[in-house]
Formats: sequence, C-alpha cells, structure tokens
Amino acid sequence: MEQGLNIIVCIKQVPETVEVEIDPETGRLMREKYPGILNPFDEHAVEEALRLKERYGGYVKVLTMGPPMAEKALRDAIAMGCDEAWLATDRAFAGADTLATSYTLSLCIKRMKPYDLIICGLKTTDGDTGQVGPELAEHLGIPHICYVSQILEVSQGRIKVRRRLDDGVETLEAPLPVLITVTKEINRPRLPTLKGKLRARRAEIKTITSSDLGGDPSLFGLEGSPTRVIRVFHPEPPKGGEILEGDPDTLAERILEKLEECGVI
Amino acid sequence: MAEIRVDPDKCTGCGLCVQACPYGVIELVEGLPRIGEGCTLCRSCIEACPEGALSIVEAKREVDLSAYKGVMVYAEYRRGKVHPVSYELLGKGRELADELGEPLYAVIIGDGCRRWAEELIYRGAERVYVYDDLWLEPFRVDPYTAILVDLVGELKPNIFLFGATSIGRSLAPRVAARLRIGLTADCTGLDIDPETRLLRQTRPAFGGNVMATIISPYTRPQMATVRYKVMPEAERDTSRRGEIIERNVNPSSLPDRVRVLEFEPVEEEVTLVEADVIVSGGMGLGSPEGFKLLEELAKLLGGAVGASRPTVDEGWIDYSHQVGLSGRTVRPKVYLACGISGAVQHLAGMRGSEVIIAINTDLKAPIFDFATLGVVADLYEVIPRLIEKIKERRGR
Repeated sequence: MEQGLNIIVCIKQVPETVEVEIDPETGRLMREKYPGILNPFDEHAVEEALRLKERYGGYVKVLTMGPPMAEKALRDAIAMGCDEAWLATDRAFAGADTLATSYTLSLCIKRMKPYDLIICGLKTTDGDTGQVGPELAEHLGIPHICYVSQILEVSQGRIKVRRRLDDGVETLEAPLPVLITVTKEINRPRLPTLKGKLRARRAEIKTITSSDLGGDPSLFGLEGSPTRVIRVFHPEPPKGGEILEGDPDTLAERILEKLEECGVI
Repeated sequence: MAEIRVDPDKCTGCGLCVQACPYGVIELVEGLPRIGEGCTLCRSCIEACPEGALSIVEAKREVDLSAYKGVMVYAEYRRGKVHPVSYELLGKGRELADELGEPLYAVIIGDGCRRWAEELIYRGAERVYVYDDLWLEPFRVDPYTAILVDLVGELKPNIFLFGATSIGRSLAPRVAARLRIGLTADCTGLDIDPETRLLRQTRPAFGGNVMATIISPYTRPQMATVRYKVMPEAERDTSRRGEIIERNVNPSSLPDRVRVLEFEPVEEEVTLVEADVIVSGGMGLGSPEGFKLLEELAKLLGGAVGASRPTVDEGWIDYSHQVGLSGRTVRPKVYLACGISGAVQHLAGMRGSEVIIAINTDLKAPIFDFATLGVVADLYEVIPRLIEKIKERRGR
C-alpha cells in the first residue's frame, strides 16, 4: 500500500460486569454500576487495526455512539495507539436498536472519510447481537465479512482473510473498502503504554451530534428503531430432582441405571 | 423525541431508579426522579421501579401492515445438506402459522438444493421457493441477500426466521438493513401475542441472567435469528403435500463482491451439538488431565466431551468444546456435568437437555438445583467405577 490504510474501528462502552442481580425483595432487576469499559471484543478490533497500521502504514480512527461518558472507552483506544477519536452523542440517539445504531454510525463514517477498512468486534458483551457490523456495511453499501480470525494480506485494493464458520474455515477475498468483524482468536490485544495513556488523557475527542449528520433524524434513536423491548424477566430455572449421597459404588450404579433408563447404553 | 416519564401518583420516591441507572443521570428532586442528560433509554430504571412508575413515552405511529401474510423460513443449505436448525424453524414456524391462520413458506438456495424441497414440505412447509444453481455455491452474502430481499418484496411475509448459525448471523442483518426492518438476534422463544397478533421474540440478555422479550410493531416481516438446538425439530410427515416453486437465477444481475478462495471443513465441532450424550467437565476436574477420563466415558457412551467456560479460559481444552452462553447450546438426551458448579451462563447452554446428571463434591453447587439426578461425590471415585460397570454390562 503506497499511502497506507485508512482504518475506522467502531467500538462500544459496555458495563464492566455483565452480572445482573435480581433484587430478592422486589424481584426487580438491579444492574451493576458502571464504570464502563471498552467492549472486550472491540479490543481485538483495535489491536488488529494497529497491527495493520504497523504493517502497511496508515491512520486509525476510532468511533463510538453513546452517552458523553463513553468518551472513556475512546480514550482507552487512543491509549492503545489509535490516532483519532470520534464520539457520536445526542439525546436523539438514545434508545437505538441495531438498525438505528448502524444507520447513525453510517452517517458518522461518511463524515470521517476516507476509509479503506472498517473493523468491528464480533459482538458486544451487553447487547450480544453481532448485528451492527453487517447492518452498518449495508447502510454504507460496502461488503462485509463476519468472524474474521486472520488477516492474510492487504494489497492492490483487496483484502484476503480467513474466517471461522460453524462447519469450517473459509479463506475469502474482498475489494476495499470492506467491513470486517473479528473474533477473539485473531490476536492478543496490547496493553496501553504509559506514553499512550498520557496521550489519551490530552487527546481531543471529536464530537458529532444529530444536527451535524444530515440524513433523516426520524431514523435515529428510539424513534428510528423498529424493535421494542416489552419485557425483561428472570428465566425460570429447570426443576431439580433427586440428590444422592453415599458410597461411590452405589452412586455409580445409580448413574448406570439412569443411563439405561434414558436408552443411551 | 422519546423520553422516560415519571408517574408522580405511583412514584414513592424510593430512589431505586437512581441506584439502577448505569449512567448516573437520575437524581431525586423534591422526592421525584429527574432524568438528566446522558440517558440512553436503556430501561434499567424502568425495570428497577417496584411501583411501575416509570415508562418510555413516544409518539404513536400508524402503519398499515395488513398486506403482510405468512411465515417464511430460511432453510440453510450448505455443502449438499440442509442444516438441522431449518427443521427446528419449520416446527416453530408451523406453530406460529397455524396460530395466525397464515401459510408457511420455506426458501432454499444453493447448488443441488432442489432435491431437499420435498423434505421441507414433509417438515411442514406449504410452499417452497427453490433457487438451485451451480453459481450459488458456495454461500456468499451478496447474492443471497439480493435473492431474499427480492422474494420478501414479492411475497410480503409477516414473519421471516433464520437459524442463528454463522451463516444466518451474517446474512439476516444484511437483509434486515436493506429492508430497513427490525431484527432480533439469537432468540430462544417465539410466540404470538393473542391480543396484538405480534410475534413475541424472547432472547437471553445481559449475559443470560435475564430474558428480554422484543417485538417489531412497525415493520414487516418480523424477523429473527433463532438459536440452534433450542426448539424441537418439526415432525416428518411424508403424507404432507405442498407446492415447489423453482426460480431461475441470473448471475449477471446479482451483486457478488466477496470471493471464497478456499474452505477447510472442521467436523468435530458439529458432533458436540449433535451428540445424544455429552460428558462435560468443569473446574472441579482439578487439572486438564481430568478431561482424559471424561473422554473415555464419552467414547464408551458414543457421546461427546463438553466443557465449562473457565476450563476453556484456563486452556485445559479447546473452545470448540465450550457449552454455554458464549459457547455452544446443546440439548442432548443426557448431559453429564462433572465438577461443574452450574453458573447461569453455563445453564443457558444446556438447560434444554432431557436429563441432567450432575456429579459434584459441593452440595451447595447451583447445578444441583436443576439436575435430574444429583450425585454428591468425588467424580474421580465415581466415574472410574461407572466406566467399569458399563464395560461389565457390555461384556455380558
């Protein structure tokens, strides 16, 4: 690559723990407090972008949509080595599902041009859908490849990758620009250096609000989201059965009987 | 713009919403919550309120969706075979279609897929759309998206279901975004709301600790990917009759930007999901060597070896064996959990098992709350004896 690669990494801030407690008295949901962290899958996306920059030269921008506090996740990405950070934040973006989120991100990315490659984590640990990447690629009109586990080569405007499917490993080639989502096995994310942390603290965060974007504002946030969450509840655990204690030989015998009963012996 | 509204008659000023807000933007002002800048409408406060005093208010929307009828299932066809999740979708699809009084369609794409059309009818489809062409092999997102978007435009289905496989999770969002419609990922439950006739899509949320039910009230088709091995397969009934509609494919009119250069199949990953017996190990094994014992037992039973996430994180066994929310969902006839405490995340991946047998030294382990047969003992004392007994039984 003569001029290097222009890479945009899309990230999200997620709650540090996904443990959710149910209040025993009210039966209601009690979510752990932030501090939010950079979505662990996105650390691999950032790392891969930095490795590509080291290999081919280029520039890495990082983008998130979220409340003002999501800035912290952007600074984490800068500390790892990203060059520039963009935060899309506006009350109008609140309550977005994957369609509205991907649409909003696509408008942001059109403002962040040029780009050769967009990298997303496989999914987030909170939403856990893995849909924003492919939906974003569709809004941008570019191809996408999910589950990338290795980038083999970028040359002459094309990228060659390996990706892991349920039934095997595929090697694919796509023209740039393209969007890829990466798995955790693709790399081991680096820790930020002290220098990186200092740079992150001082870095300017570019902010985007809904009025900057153009596009159709009725497609942002909850209003632009076709899905609605109507209920959140605690799943009923399966019922327990017999509990046995005693000498190992008798217990083994009982397991054997159970296996025979199930017709697996 | 949508916002959180507080009902002052219901609010007791208890402040639980203030604690629940992950963004810290709620404060109590004169005994009532005030929602400040930075609210993402995440619903944490709504869920936390014991009085039901909080709700999201938004402008009402009127859309005419009456033209959309029928349930459509994407029958995933790969390397000469139909993915079994497709039969699970047809089973559920049949149920939903009957409830709505609407037809059940299947669509199948790929070289040689025509010969599976009858099978899809035996599994409940009334009409099967077939796109059988050498050019469509192997799967590529671009042309498959174009075909499905076209078919949706023509057929106007009310519901469109995909398996949450690696293919479905890549294809469905592309289709949904092009149609600008809602998509719910990785559902484990689907049913029809008797009043609104809307599809209720239920899925694990926040790491599987809670379930969320989601609807798509404004767009059609109502689209979801469905987790494999959560719903039972449709019964096969060869007396069923249906219509097979074969469609021609014109490659020059279809986009095709990503080239598949090579494919290396991995077989063993499928066996875990398809095994009738799974012998699974957790940290209670004490060391990676413990899996050798489980392997011996699994082999004897013609089953597969599963693992809890911590053992995979420790590097004791490959990720392909991981059962649970971040691994595979399984529903074998027998799930033998050895030294597994039974975290909710693990439970999420194996709760559909017909029989759960747990061996654990700790009577307080959560696994005993849902085991069909719980054995409080050292697995290293019980399993070798069990292996001996199975061999004896076989020897007779």
